Parts: sequence; C-alpha cells; structure tokens
Amino acid sequence: MARAVTSRRKALNTMIAWAVGLVIFFPILWTILTSFKSEAQAISDPPLFLFFDWTIENYGVVQDRSDYMRYLWNSVIIAGGSTLLGVVVAVPAAWSMAFVPSKRTKDILLWMLSTKMLPAVGVLYPIYLLFIELGLLDTRTGLVIVLMLINLPIIVWMLYTYFKEIPVDILEAARMDGATLRGEILHVLMPMAVPGIASTILLSLILAWNEAFWTLNLTAAKAGPLTAFIASYSSPEGLFFAKLSAASTMAIAPILILGWFSQKQLVRGLTFGAVK
Amino acid sequence: MGRIVIDQVSKSFGDVEVIPPLELLIEDGEFAVFVGPSGCGKSTLLRLIAGLEDVTGGKIEIDGQDMTSVPPAKRGLAMVFQSYALYPHMSVRKNIAFPLRMAGLDKEEQERRVAHAASVLNLSDYLDRRPGQLSGGQRQRVAIGRAIVREPAAFLFDEPLSNLDAALRVGMRLEISELHERLGTTMIYVTHDQVEAMTMADKIVVLNFGNIEQVGSPLELYREPRNVFVAGFIGSPRMNLIEGNEAARHDAHAIGIRPEHIAVSGSEGDWSGVVGVSEHLGSDTFFHVHDTGVAETITVRADGEVGFRHGDRVHLAPRQDAIHRFDAKGLRI
Repeated sequence: MARAVTSRRKALNTMIAWAVGLVIFFPILWTILTSFKSEAQAISDPPLFLFFDWTIENYGVVQDRSDYMRYLWNSVIIAGGSTLLGVVVAVPAAWSMAFVPSKRTKDILLWMLSTKMLPAVGVLYPIYLLFIELGLLDTRTGLVIVLMLINLPIIVWMLYTYFKEIPVDILEAARMDGATLRGEILHVLMPMAVPGIASTILLSLILAWNEAFWTLNLTAAKAGPLTAFIASYSSPEGLFFAKLSAASTMAIAPILILGWFSQKQLVRGLTFGAVK
Repeated sequence: MGRIVIDQVSKSFGDVEVIPPLELLIEDGEFAVFVGPSGCGKSTLLRLIAGLEDVTGGKIEIDGQDMTSVPPAKRGLAMVFQSYALYPHMSVRKNIAFPLRMAGLDKEEQERRVAHAASVLNLSDYLDRRPGQLSGGQRQRVAIGRAIVREPAAFLFDEPLSNLDAALRVGMRLEISELHERLGTTMIYVTHDQVEAMTMADKIVVLNFGNIEQVGSPLELYREPRNVFVAGFIGSPRMNLIEGNEAARHDAHAIGIRPEHIAVSGSEGDWSGVVGVSEHLGSDTFFHVHDTGVAETITVRADGEVGFRHGDRVHLAPRQDAIHRFDAKGLRI
C-alpha cells in the first residue's frame, strides 16, 4: 500500500536533500571557485564567494609549470590498467565463489574484505622494499599491480553479489550445450551480468583514480598520476591556494565528468538485486 | 542411439546419502519417466546422468561407453530445465543455435538446423524475439528446440511442464509425446505428476527416498504395484488402502482397492457408509464415503450420472478380483 505523503512533507524532504547535497558538494564547489581567483583573493578574509575578479590565469600557470597531459595519461593508464587487470582476475574468482562455493567461500570473502581494514601504511615498508627489489618503483606497471590488488577485494565482492543473482540453471544449460568454462563465462555469464560488471568497473576506476597513498609513496617524477600532480602544488612551493585549486580542478574534472554521465548506471548497479 | 546403463550409482551430499546404490537400464528409444514425491532423488538422478553432479560411487554408461567422469557437454545428452533456462540476452534464433555454435558448426549448417527445429516446433515466426517476449509455452518450445538441434543420444527433461498452466501442460504433454514418436530418441523425463508419468511413459521408474520402488510400464504399475507406496502413488484418485479386520479377512496386513473398482449403489454391497464430499467431473463423480467401518474414508469413482448427495447412505461393492494384498512390510502378496 502506498503511504500518503503530504506535499508539505515532500517539500521539506526535498529541502533537506538539497541541503545535504550542497554540504557534500561544497568543498568541490569552493575548490572550483578558488581556482578562478587570484592568490590574494583566495586567502582574503572574509572569504569571497562569487564576487571577485574571475581569472583563468592559474590554469595557464599550472599548465606552464607542469605537464598536465603526462599526469593525466599516467592516471588513465594506472586507473584503467588496474581496473582491467582486476576484472580479469575477479571474474573467474567471483564465478567460482558464486557457483561452486566450498565450505570456506564465506570465510575467504570475509578475509578479503578484512584486508581493507588494515591501514595501508602498515604494509608500506614491505611493499616499498619489494618495489625496490623488483625495480617497480616509480613505474606505471608497479602502480597498476598495487592498485589492482588493493581494489580486488571490492571488485570480487561486487561481482560475486551480481553473479549470485544469475540463475545457475542457465549456466548449467550452457554446460549441457557444450560450452567450455571459458565459453560459459564469456558467452553467457558476462553478457547477463553486464550492468553489474559495468558498475563494478566504474567504481574501480573511480577508486583507482582517487587513490593517493600508494601513488604518492611509490612514484617520483615519471609515473606520477594526477594525485601526484595536485600534491606537487601543496606545501613545498608555498601556500598557493588558487593554483592548488586549479590543479585539483583539472585533476578531478575527468572523473567528475565520467561520474556525471554514468550516474544512472552506477546507482542501478549498486542497488542491483535490491528490488526485483 | 541412447542406451543408458546405471550401475550401482550412488550419491551423497556430505554425510547425507540421497541415492543409495541403484541399478537401472534405459533402452535405446525408450521414454522413461522418473516419478516420485518431492525430495525423492529423481532430479538428482537425472543430474547424475547429465553429468551436472558427480556420482559418489558406481558407473554410468551411455551406448556402451563409460561416461561416469565425462563432462556434461561430451555425453551427447541434451537437457530441458523446469525454468527453461533460456539465455535472456540472445534471440530465439541464437538460443537454438547456441549448442551448434559451441560445437563449431559452420553458419549455413547452423541456419539449416535452426530453421528445421523452428518449423518442427512452430517457432519460425518468433526467431528474432527475445525469450522475455515469449509466453511460457513458447519458451519451453525454444528450450526443446535448443535440445533437438544437437541431435543428442538422449533427451533429459527436468519437470519441464511444472511452470505452465494446466491447459498448456496438457498440450505440451502431447507435443513432447509426438516428438518422441517422431524422433525415436531416448527420453528421460522427471516429474512429480503421476498423470504425466502414466500418459507419456514407456517405462516408469518410481522413486522414494532415493530408492527405486518399482520399474515397469504404466499398466504394469497400475495393475500390479509391487508395494504399498507404488499402489498409493500411481493412479488418480489414490487407491484406497485398508488395514485391520477387513484386510485380515483377505489374509493380508493391508488391502488396496482402486476407486474405479468399487461399485456404489443404494441397495447392495459388502460395505456401507455415508457420502461426504462428492467431486463432479462431468464424466465421472468421485464420492468420499465415511463411516464404512473398514477405513476412515473410501473413495469411489462412479459414472457422472450417479446422483448421490451429501449424507446419503450408500452400499459399496469392491470387485474381488481387483483387490491388491500387501504384507506387514508393505510388499505385494
């Protein structure tokens, strides 16, 4: 039965939702606004909201001082590569957990998730040493591997949840129809799980794009992604808030745009199976 | 060809033995029906034959070859599932062609076989639709089409009609029987519906708790049930089972008499009782008679014209040559 919602209640809910949304979005909005201010206006007290001398000078300076495209390209390769590799590893893993579970499957899933509870800095030292030993320091390959491993538990969990929704009869039918394991996954499971796989990929891309701890600690000049690009505008060069904001805006813009266009897919994927 | 030998096959899930070692032979071209109450192991047995479950012990032979540890795809069998299990993202054409594509057949041969199967199953007009756009009966036909194109040694049906409404079920039952006549391929059909079993089977295998209670033609099972379980399971309405004094009079622990083998009249008969519920089917009427002194309720099948009402006292005359006798273990005497 539908619950009666009065229009006053509706208006109130809408206002609260907008207020919460604005609070969450405000830091990003402030960063974007600051990126169009001069350095003096950026630290002026009281802060200037909309009425200042709009300038795009910061963007020019940032572009001159550091090669944005190189960082962007590194980000694309690291986020894209780790996501792709993660999905390639996670699909068979999630398949086996969803369709041929053992007694320990639940434990393994929990254990994988528990690795996310470990503070990353706790394993920084061993990983750093491993990277030196393997010659992976400041390489995109190294970061692809590390970010893939870090996001793998989440990718496996999400895919596992989506795969669980697929009737096992259909996979058995494929088996009877002569599909090999590869055929079963490629021709039947994956096409049926497209919404789930897509939102998993999106989430993994976003997480890898925004990851800063490992990207900052394991890169220097060559392999640094956009997170390193932003970081290079913080403390060492003094407090240049406007330029830092311009760099931040440039760094988050691609993922913001991706998120904007795929929000429907993301929401649908994240609530998949909840209502059916 | 499709001669299937099940030799001492058993299946356990952990410590639970769902199928104790059993033996069964299904001849080439036979229509075998596994029937039994839910949880009796009939679907598990089918899945063992299909290779979707691994046997715990024993051997499965198909056409003389040991297939016990051969993967499902290589056994030359095709299966139709209760849920149809169509690929929702593919058109009907692609669904039917899927096994051929997996087998690596060339496009022309695929097209030819799909077209043939579609014409046999009246699906030619629906080839470009998705399964979601079809009715239940059409979906089941697509599932059958997908099985036919492989030209398998045997078809396995796992309760294929359970999801259909009653009218459609009768139609599909006929279609599957006709298909069997036409193809002459071995079919193994699992159902809990004894009417389906009786009407379709060459050979019925009655299962209970994983054990085979009896194997035989429908009429053998109807006429000479080997034990009380088969007697009660085969036939509709159920056979009346009577214990106590009346059974002792026949030198048995229990006797069974089918509703259609009892004559009902207002005047004469060995037993008498009061009519409770009457079920009028038009052609027949089933009377449930109480207070007979031999059993709590006796079900009687009479001609549709017989007009007793609730509360009428009636006399029942069982046909003496149609009484089945069982010993204390429930076995036929």
